[in-house]
Amino acid sequence: MRGQVVLEGLGKAFGDVAAVRDVSLEVRGGEFLTLLGPSGCGKTTLLRMIAGFEAPDAGRILISGHDVTARPAYERPVNTVFQHYALFPHRTVAGNVAFGLQMQRRGKAEIAERVERALEMVRLGGLGDRRPSQLSGGQQQRVALARAVVLEPEVLLLDEPMAALDLKLRQEMRVEVKNLQERLGITFVFVTHDQEEALVMSDRIAVMNRGRIEQVGPPEALYDRPRTRFVADFLAVRNLLQATVVSVASGLAALRTRGGASFQAKDDGGYREGGVVWVGVRPERIRLVEGRESGDADNRLGGTLEDEIYLGDRTDWRVRVGEETLTVAESAAGARARRRGEPVAVSFPPAAVLRLEDPEGEAR
Amino acid sequence: MTTRRAALLLALPCLLALVALFVAPQALMFESSLGRRSFYGGVIHQWSLDNYRRALEPLYLAILARSVGLALATTLLCLLLAYPAAYWLGRGAPPRARSALLVLVILPFWTSFLVRMYAWIFMLRTEGLVNTALGVAGLGPLNLLYNDAAVLLGQVYGELPFMILPLYASLEKLDRSLLEAAADLGAGPLRALWRVTLPLSRPGIVAGSVLVFIPSLGAYLAPDLLGGARTVYMGTLIQSQFTFVRDAPFGAALSFLLSLVVLVLLVTFRGPLRESRGA
Repeated sequence: MRGQVVLEGLGKAFGDVAAVRDVSLEVRGGEFLTLLGPSGCGKTTLLRMIAGFEAPDAGRILISGHDVTARPAYERPVNTVFQHYALFPHRTVAGNVAFGLQMQRRGKAEIAERVERALEMVRLGGLGDRRPSQLSGGQQQRVALARAVVLEPEVLLLDEPMAALDLKLRQEMRVEVKNLQERLGITFVFVTHDQEEALVMSDRIAVMNRGRIEQVGPPEALYDRPRTRFVADFLAVRNLLQATVVSVASGLAALRTRGGASFQAKDDGGYREGGVVWVGVRPERIRLVEGRESGDADNRLGGTLEDEIYLGDRTDWRVRVGEETLTVAESAAGARARRRGEPVAVSFPPAAVLRLEDPEGEAR
Repeated sequence: MTTRRAALLLALPCLLALVALFVAPQALMFESSLGRRSFYGGVIHQWSLDNYRRALEPLYLAILARSVGLALATTLLCLLLAYPAAYWLGRGAPPRARSALLVLVILPFWTSFLVRMYAWIFMLRTEGLVNTALGVAGLGPLNLLYNDAAVLLGQVYGELPFMILPLYASLEKLDRSLLEAAADLGAGPLRALWRVTLPLSRPGIVAGSVLVFIPSLGAYLAPDLLGGARTVYMGTLIQSQFTFVRDAPFGAALSFLLSLVVLVLLVTFRGPLRESRGA
C-alpha cells in the first residue's frame, strides 16, 4: 500500500467557481501519474489538496491507506516540488535541502550526509554553499527536487516543475526526472499542461477538464484511443469533425460532415444511424495521394491545398475538402514539392476515424 | 555632459538645502557647545570641552541610560504589538480591504501629536476616563499619569505606525509558496514562523526598529506631558537647558552626545540596515 494515493469524490470550489468536481482516482504505489490539462482545469488544485495546502469541500484523500483529509500539510508523508521552486532565499542550497531533515530533528552528521547525497543525486555536488539566487533556473529546479526527495516521501508531488525552463533544458529534465523516479521507486504525481511531457514521462495520464477527470490511462492508450472530444483535442488529434451517421453496416459507419465531406469509420458499436457524432482523425493518419494510389478500403476525398506549415521534420498541409479544412501531416522523407491551390486527394483508413464523446456538448 | 556631472547637478538643490538647513545649524550648535553660558543666558565663545566633560558625569549618564532604556522598551513593545498586526494586514486581511486598513494605521497623523498626548492625559488623569470607569466599578483611582509607564505608553502609541508600515511592506511581499514549502517539509506553524517568516521579514524588523528607536531616544513630548516634572529623559533635559536653565552650550553638548549614540548604533547595525534597503 506504500505510496498509494486514493482520492474519493473530491470537490473544491473557490467562491462560485468549482475548481475540482467529484474526482475519484487511484494512484498506485511507485507509479508516475500525470495530471494533464489546460490552465484552470483544476489539476493544480487537486495536487494542492493532496499536499494539504487546500482543504477539500467534499471527499476523502488516502495516502498509503491512511485517511489524511484532515491532516495539515506538515503531517503528510508527501513532499512537493513547486512550480517556481519556492526555495528559501535566506538559506544556502545545502540549507534548503537540510530544512526538512532539521524539522525531523535529525542529527547533524546524518543531515550533512543525506544532504550531500541528495545534491550529488541531482548533480549539484559542491554547490551546497551557494545561494539559490546564484543558480540557473535548471539548477534551482534540481535543488527543489533534492529538497523534496531527501526526505524519502511516500509520494512526491510536482506542480509544473519545468514550466519555467527553456525547451532544451525541459527535454533533458524530462528524462532525468523519469530516471530519478524509477531509481527511487517513489510515487510521483506530476502536474503539467504539456501533452508531450505527459506522454514521455508517465506510467499513466489523467486528463482533466473543467474540474473533472475525463480519461485515465497509459500514454499509448490515451494517444491511440482518446475517449472524448476534449481529450482528443488536447492530445493533438487536429481534425475534429461533427458528422451525421448516414448508415451503419458490416462493421463500417458511413458519415457525412456538415461541410459535406463523406467517409467511412470503423464501427466500434457506438454509432447510431441518424445520430450526430464527433469524430477525430490524427493528421499523421491522413495521406496526400496522387492518381489512383491508396488502399481500396481507405476513405478518399478530393480537395485543394490551402496552406503549408513547414515544421522541419514534417510539413502540415491544410487541405480544403468541401466546407471542411483538414490538417495532413507529411513527414519530410516522403515530401514532394506542392503549390498552394493545387488540387489534391487525401486518404485515410476507416480505422483512423476515432469516435469521440462530447459530454460538454451534451450538457450544453 | 558626463553622468557624474549630471548627477552632481541633480543633487545640487538637495545639497544646498542640506547645507543651509542641516550642516550650517549643526556647525553653529557645535560651536556653541564648546562655549560657555553668560550670566544672562547668552553664549560666550571661549572654546573648551567642559560641557562634554559635564555631560559625561554620572548624573547625566544615568539620564542617557534612562532614555536608551525607554527607546529600547518602546522599540521592543512596538515590535511585539506591530508584528501580528502587520502580519494580518499583509497576509490575512482581504486584499481589497488592505488600503483602507492602512489608512487607519496612519489616521492618527491627521491630528497633531501634541493634541493626541493631551487626549491621553484626559484619559489617564485621576478624574480621567479610565479612573472614572474604574470608580463606577468601585475600584481605583489609580495613578496612571506622570510616571514612566505613562511615558512608555505614549511613546509606543506614537511610534507604532512607524513599526507597522515597514513590517507590513516586508510581510506583504513574502511569497506564500515559501510558507507552503515550509509546511510541506514538515514545519508546523510556529516553526515556519521562526525559520521562514521571521528571517525573511528581517529587513522590515530592522527598518522599523531604527525608525522607532532613534526618535524615541530623543523623545520630548511624551516624557514632558505624560511624565510630568518627576521624570527626566534626554529630550526633556535638553529642552530645559535651552529654556528654563538658559544654558544653550550645555544643551548643545547633550544633543551632540545623543547624536553620537545614534551614530554608533547605526554603524554597529550597518550590515542588517543595508539589507533592509532592499525592502
